[in-house]
Amino acid sequence: MSIGHTLLGLLESGPRHGYDLKRTFDEKFGHDRPLHYGQVYSTMSRLLKNGLVEVDGVETDGGPERKRYAITDAGITDVATWLTQPEKPEPYLQSTLYTKVVLAMLTGRSAADVLDAQRSEHLRMMRILTDRKRRGDLADQLICDHALFHLEADLRWLELTAARLGQLAKVVAP
Amino acid sequence: MIPAGSLLAAHDLRKAYGPTPALDGASFSVHPGEVVAVMGPSGSGKSTLLHCLAGIITPDSGSITYAGRELSTMSDAERSALRRSEFGFVFQFGQLVPELTCVENVALPMRLNGTRRKAAERIALEWMERLEVDDIGAKRPGEVSGGQGQRVAVARALAASPKVIFADEPTGALDSLNGERVMQLLTDAARSSNVAVVLVTHEARVAAYSDRDVTVRDGRARDLEHAV
Repeated sequence: MSIGHTLLGLLESGPRHGYDLKRTFDEKFGHDRPLHYGQVYSTMSRLLKNGLVEVDGVETDGGPERKRYAITDAGITDVATWLTQPEKPEPYLQSTLYTKVVLAMLTGRSAADVLDAQRSEHLRMMRILTDRKRRGDLADQLICDHALFHLEADLRWLELTAARLGQLAKVVAP
Repeated sequence: MIPAGSLLAAHDLRKAYGPTPALDGASFSVHPGEVVAVMGPSGSGKSTLLHCLAGIITPDSGSITYAGRELSTMSDAERSALRRSEFGFVFQFGQLVPELTCVENVALPMRLNGTRRKAAERIALEWMERLEVDDIGAKRPGEVSGGQGQRVAVARALAASPKVIFADEPTGALDSLNGERVMQLLTDAARSSNVAVVLVTHEARVAAYSDRDVTVRDGRARDLEHAV
């Protein structure tokens, strides 16, 4: 995920302090991986240097200085460009799983066991996500569904490959 | 061997249709309140396993015990009574009686068990409320959507206070959103009422609503996490 673009996007609704940006980011997009303060401040310095944000004010409140950031016109254009640019679909051609299946065959081990172990692990993760989904709000459901559909696709591949192990063995025979 | 605490258990089941073995030494168990997904490719024997466990078909050999009783020692009448009083069923489609209203459909198993109409329909409506379909009680199955019909079927399976629900591809005819909702309502209701669920599905996202899964391949059931 582009943290810079996300923080920029959050600034479009009005100026914010670094702490406020971090909190909003964590709430909306952080889930299991909250931002470190260091990441926020280094990102904001970069955006500042590139003219995508500007300092809107500095407060002290008797403590350390707190900068309030505002998005610039160039920043707004940058967010708009990022949003309209499609994400590159993953080609998934460098599959560790495929490598493991073939290596198991080449070394006389059970490829079916490799697939079964992975299948079990995938289903375990799907159960965790489904449980989180049923307890969570709509945002949680959407995030978890995205992961669940990907895991399901992997599982379909595992099933298909399990059904083709006989054919594969003839092709990769040492 | 029957796993301790299991409500329904099968050991070394074999069933062949002509020369073709559908089950070839399958074992299975489910505990009260547990949701177990039975997965596997088409033709692997998962529906045959479900039908054997539910006493709908008789295996050629092997044992099935329900609450400590061996199914093969029961008469047909005893097995029918067991199915009516202890088991609930949810299938992919075609399970509601088209001539009855939805509330009459939900009340039907209770009526067959001797509950008076008024009491049966009151309980039926309570379950329909839980399944979020109490507003279509007076409609006939042909007048409701697929998702609503399937919730009515789940309400019917649960309303007669079964100990085990057998669900064979219960979301197979539904879109993703309706399928997910049916699974959530079914598993929530079953867990809170301590009802065991045997869920046959080929969809991983449906199986993810279970507590564990058993894979059937070539007529053999395999539990990857627990020995059965």
